[in-house]
Amino acid sequence: MPNSATVVRRSDRGLHEQSETARRKKDVRKNLLLCTPALIVLIFAAAGPLLIVLIYTFLKAGSYGGVIWEWSWDGWFQVFLKKDIFDGTVSIADAHISIFWRSVKLSVQSTLAALILGFPTAYFIATRSPKTRNLWLFLITIPFWTNLLIRTFAIMQVIRDQGIINTLLINFGIIDSPIEMLYTEFSIMLGMAYVYLPLMVLPLYASIEKLDFRLIEAAYDLYATRIFVLWRIIIPLVKPGIIAGSILVFIPSLGAYVTPRVLGGGKNLMLGNLIELQFGQGRNWPLGAALSITLLVIVMVSLLVYVQNLQRKSD
Amino acid sequence: MLAAKNRNREFSVRYLPGFSSMAVLCFVLLYAPIVALVVYSFNSGTNIALWEGFSLQWYVVAWENELVQEVTFRSLIVASIASVTATILATMAALGTTRTRNYRGQMVIYAVINQPLMVPEIVTGVALLIFFAIIKAATGYHGLTYLVAAHTAFCIPFAYMPIRARLEGMDGVLETAAQDLYATPVQTLRRITLPLLWPGILAGLMLAFVISLDDVVITELVKSAGQDTLPTYMLGQLRRGITPEVNAISSALLGVSVLLVSIFFILRTR
Repeated sequence: MPNSATVVRRSDRGLHEQSETARRKKDVRKNLLLCTPALIVLIFAAAGPLLIVLIYTFLKAGSYGGVIWEWSWDGWFQVFLKKDIFDGTVSIADAHISIFWRSVKLSVQSTLAALILGFPTAYFIATRSPKTRNLWLFLITIPFWTNLLIRTFAIMQVIRDQGIINTLLINFGIIDSPIEMLYTEFSIMLGMAYVYLPLMVLPLYASIEKLDFRLIEAAYDLYATRIFVLWRIIIPLVKPGIIAGSILVFIPSLGAYVTPRVLGGGKNLMLGNLIELQFGQGRNWPLGAALSITLLVIVMVSLLVYVQNLQRKSD
Repeated sequence: MLAAKNRNREFSVRYLPGFSSMAVLCFVLLYAPIVALVVYSFNSGTNIALWEGFSLQWYVVAWENELVQEVTFRSLIVASIASVTATILATMAALGTTRTRNYRGQMVIYAVINQPLMVPEIVTGVALLIFFAIIKAATGYHGLTYLVAAHTAFCIPFAYMPIRARLEGMDGVLETAAQDLYATPVQTLRRITLPLLWPGILAGLMLAFVISLDDVVITELVKSAGQDTLPTYMLGQLRRGITPEVNAISSALLGVSVLLVSIFFILRTR
């Protein structure tokens, strides 16, 4: 046995190489194993059921809710169209169209309201000293983590007929009878702008904080006015933040359920309420499922714009 | 004169006219309704718009209402189980996705973990309503587990975020040192990784608890009859208008949320 030592060494090296790839494989297996319990819960109680919703859009509605397992296009058909029960004529479901339109309109309006109020706020925070900045940010985020329902209640009490605004205005003799604000489209818009405002301020702040103020100084040196600096320098530079904030407000507004229910008083339905209705009194699960998928697609498209915008920003 | 006065004020590049007052207005608008709600919960009158004097009577009324006790207890049970479970699962997932060599499928894992943040709550609620209806019909079981499972799922991304952030901020030096000193993987995890990760885990737990405690939409759609939580109970009470009692409950819940979120912020900045 002359060469036993070298043989051992050679096999040792082979073992080492082998163990390197084996170890890597084992690592991946360990990582996947660590993620598995969370993934199982999420797939069973969040992601997976979405597929069942998609299947339900193609089934027939049961008369007492639920579905009958028969293929049908009715769910999708009813999203935008309706059939007269008596003569079978097909017409556009104007009730649904008006709810879609209201959802989009109020979401855009609340996004704009949040932008108008949120932009100066984000700018204000970003121009504070670094120490106080965190405190202001904390003040913006605190309401966001408190109950949405409670914040909606709070807005409701401010704007109702006997609320603070109307009581004050009447006491000061500015108006005689209360201005009707609650249970209108305006109140929903206001409520959504109010509850989602932090989602506008945070990305705006992140953009403005990175602003290079030397550029602005240069503009002023070249005799630019304040308005010019704001329109032609600041706003173009923080545009990614404006887009991000707007999408972050627009998406939850579009799917809002609580705010329109509380502040709309059951009269001014939005998409979220229309969906819920199909699973309650409406007893039309396939239609509710089709409406849900429609909302989901709109949201996903908006998110895609958001992600692309993020990537462009990081380039 | 006026021009001279303007010139005297130091020219600031950062200054934009009206922005500071807009910001102050924004903060006032943000907090005024909440402050009004809390103040009026201490009103002694039955009318919530008229101030008649300080009193704790509505808190007493709420406290003694058996229905409120029941739904509060249910909310706490669901939030506790869901947030603890979600935090454990999120910690494991964070360990499996952070500070690792990139591996295939990692992107899919991220997408699945963050999915509850991207899909509108009403859509998730509807999906769970349909899915659980099928299971309920098949098994005949109508218990609280459905609600707990739903809450656990949407709490996972909220627990995951701070834990992952904390983990990313930790370099692996101490763990490597421990392994060099012949610590077993379990020992390294127990004695090094978890103690360092602890603030992140606690922050995740706080956030998950608050999110579960506040949920309305998914709970409203998933709950079986007689399974109201505090928020869905309050939503149901709305048919009678806002009573001072609801104000008192809201203020109490608000206090709990603000306290937990403050703890979360302190833990995160440490």
